[in-house]
Amino acid sequence: MNKLRNITKKQLFLPIISMILVMLINVLFDIIDGNAAFDFFAISMKNGVLYGRIVDILNRGSEIAILALGMTLVVSASAGTDISVGSVMSLAGGMCCMMIAGFGVTSVSTVAELAHPIWFGIVCGILVAILAGAFNGFLVAYMKIQPMVATLILWSAARALALLLCNNMIVYVRMDEFKVFGSFLGPIPTPIIIAAICIAVLAAVLKFTALGTYIQSVGINKRASRIAGFNSANIILMCYTICGLFAGIAGIVNTSRIYSADTNNIGLNLEMDAILAVALGGNSLGGGKFNLAGSIIGAYTIQAITTTLLARGVSTAQAPVFKAIIIILIVVIQAPPVKEFFKKRSARKSAVKEAV
Amino acid sequence: MKNNAVLEMKGICMTFPGVKALDNVDFTLKKGEIRALMGENGAGKSTLIKCLTGVNKFEAGEIYIDGIEGSVVNRDTLDAQKKGISTVYQEINLCPNLSVAENLFIGREPLTKLGTVNRRKMNAQAAQLMKDLELDIDVTRDLEEYSLAMQQMIAIARAVDMECKVLILDEPTSSLDDNEVEKLFGMMRRLKEQGVGIIFVTHFLEQVYAVCDGITVLRNGQLVGEYDIEELPRVKLVAAMMGKDFDDLAAIKQEEIKDFSGEPLEIDAKGLSHAGTIKPFDLEIHKGEVVGLTGLLGSGRSELARVIYGADRNQSGTLKVDGKERRIKNPIDAMGLGMGFLPDDRKAEGIVGDLSVRENIILAMQAKLGPMKKIPMHVQNEIADKYIELLQIKTASRETLIKQLSGGNQQKVILARWLATDPDFLILDEPTRGIDVGTKTEIQKLVVQLAQEGKSLIFISSEIEEMLRVCNKMAVLRDGAKVGEISGNMTQESVLSAIAGGDRNE
Ligand SMILES: Nc1ncnc2c1ncn2[C@@H]1O[C@H](COP(=O)(O)OP(=O)(O)O)[C@@H](O)[C@H]1O
Ligand SMILES: [Mg+2]
Repeated sequence: MNKLRNITKKQLFLPIISMILVMLINVLFDIIDGNAAFDFFAISMKNGVLYGRIVDILNRGSEIAILALGMTLVVSASAGTDISVGSVMSLAGGMCCMMIAGFGVTSVSTVAELAHPIWFGIVCGILVAILAGAFNGFLVAYMKIQPMVATLILWSAARALALLLCNNMIVYVRMDEFKVFGSFLGPIPTPIIIAAICIAVLAAVLKFTALGTYIQSVGINKRASRIAGFNSANIILMCYTICGLFAGIAGIVNTSRIYSADTNNIGLNLEMDAILAVALGGNSLGGGKFNLAGSIIGAYTIQAITTTLLARGVSTAQAPVFKAIIIILIVVIQAPPVKEFFKKRSARKSAVKEAV
Repeated sequence: MKNNAVLEMKGICMTFPGVKALDNVDFTLKKGEIRALMGENGAGKSTLIKCLTGVNKFEAGEIYIDGIEGSVVNRDTLDAQKKGISTVYQEINLCPNLSVAENLFIGREPLTKLGTVNRRKMNAQAAQLMKDLELDIDVTRDLEEYSLAMQQMIAIARAVDMECKVLILDEPTSSLDDNEVEKLFGMMRRLKEQGVGIIFVTHFLEQVYAVCDGITVLRNGQLVGEYDIEELPRVKLVAAMMGKDFDDLAAIKQEEIKDFSGEPLEIDAKGLSHAGTIKPFDLEIHKGEVVGLTGLLGSGRSELARVIYGADRNQSGTLKVDGKERRIKNPIDAMGLGMGFLPDDRKAEGIVGDLSVRENIILAMQAKLGPMKKIPMHVQNEIADKYIELLQIKTASRETLIKQLSGGNQQKVILARWLATDPDFLILDEPTRGIDVGTKTEIQKLVVQLAQEGKSLIFISSEIEEMLRVCNKMAVLRDGAKVGEISGNMTQESVLSAIAGGDRNE
């Protein structure tokens, strides 16, 4: 048991270091600014809700974290990435708002105007995302198309389809019952709660079923897994479907934040953040073994970087450049040759200690 | 350096996490000598070789090579090759989706004036090389189209073709049949005459005495001794390897010839086939019976077994399992009917490398239960420990990744995987390949014991003595078809003549 704990510790070591690094940079800025209060870590109540940089990171990072969950499974089982998740988020949002408002309606603000109940719209949005995921999974698992190519189809088509569903308009649902998923539940931002529930449910599923072993085994050696009785195609299909489900949930959260289906912008480029989160979490994009906790830490690290940059006054247009530089640094720290170097150094040190 | 030595290794030490794989090991090889490197699984043979070729970084010790001043450290295999050390590993390390010629010349392709690869020249040279070695191979076809044995021969051809002083063969014969082994030996003797020193790792004792001049024995990472071949007869060699006296293999030969015709049928196959691999065949296996599949490599032994298990989809005929007609589409269907299958290609179809020994052992059991019924961790641990103990799997712990185990121990883990499912019908395809003598005997005993418990088995092996020891009857295969069965008082001669077929013209 002790050994097991040691191993997980080691796997999480670098993702955690990266996270801490980003925080330290923030603290450093606070010190440079002569900000003795360390605004970065400050959490306060304003207007009855939690307020602070950390809260903001957790809140804004929810979508990436939710996407990273599904992405982790997809990467593990199929050694490929699902690049359609951002577009599928948009599709889910578009579907949801269209169902609630009715086709061709631009804005609803009272119950009387609704074409369908809000819950019904949300369910439809998530269902269409699940369908999209299953479609991706079918192409990868049964048609044996490379994941990147297979998901490229929906990467471009899903967003277009969303626009079509919304009749080329931005559909507003100005109702508190809908806004709540992107705003606050009591003092806590709802997206944080939703992300937490998603994480908890998936973690529980992985803990209490053997799905984790199934997925990793298929990801490591498909042929051996088949001989040992696994149906690799079904498992890959399942992973993509789950990935679709999470993309749907993330899409609803994102739509609810702006209480409108702005299909051109919902989830835009978020697939890249999700994939990076998985990589930052120390997971090999070559598939096989995965570490969910790593991906989640990776997701919030990425959000922390974005938030830091925006808080430092870097414009939204330039932020990606800085983000890229920071991410390169973090990825390089985790690269095998660098890891090897540090391992050797520490081995040499401990050898010296033993000798003494 | 001692005179006429081509290679000298002194005091080599190497540690893996939790295992001292080599402890102060010396090794000397003379010019034009074929030296067997012997030891049980996990003794450190492959590790010693990897230290020599730069794959492993050893902690202490020195290496001297003839013609090179001072002690040598090879950074990697390429570096070693430049210094005249070529290797063929136990597990084939070629690229299956490149052509044979490309594999032969990878990293040293002949170039055109433009600096691109001169394919015509490369293919011609490759074809010539194949001809020299009397191999019937189309060098323009992808490597993966050839059998494991052929791939092995190609790997050897590649090593031989490079100017070398020392040729290392790490269990090259484990997937070759007698004919191919003879070819290999011819090749080795020719090289020996040219003054090349050859290190030969094998588990087949008779091969040692057929070609080798000397023997170096390792046990548990330590040097037991360096001997001339005359000094060390078979029994002493086995004793040196195992650190105990030779447990006579003949002891487990089944005494009486048993008649199974009264027993109920476990497997009753009529006209099963798979296009391109095995023509329609009938096969009956009674409860408690061990049926051997024999024939030359590539005759369809594995393929026949694969169709029954559903590893390859059956395309005709009917299969009755335990009296009921069944359709098997996938291995999991077969497993549901109480079957298990240990495949011959351990690396590609056996191990799940990045999972632990424990996970590898419970894999099939878990697959049978389905994803929703996870085997509780303490049960997993118990099962893993039980089989590590029972099969004497050498591993630092049950959480060690299976890819870190030596080949023979990996094989035992896969065997454990199937034993854990408590199968009624177990197919073992080359279960003892690459396994040391002691364990081989254990596995053979296990097979006999399983049969006595009323289980049925298919046993496939290239070693006829082994087959004779455990099988009640044998099905003979030739060119992808089952051509006959032999039972009763089987002998080496009767099996060989059945394999060779009646229409010989000698
Ligand atoms: N990459 C590795 N990591 C950890 N242990 C290893 C590794 N390779 C080999 N070992 C261990 O070193 C010992 C010697 O193995 P090996 O040289 O492969 O044995 P042999 O070739 O004689 O069967 C074994 O106990 C094996 O488990
Ligand atoms: Mg070995």
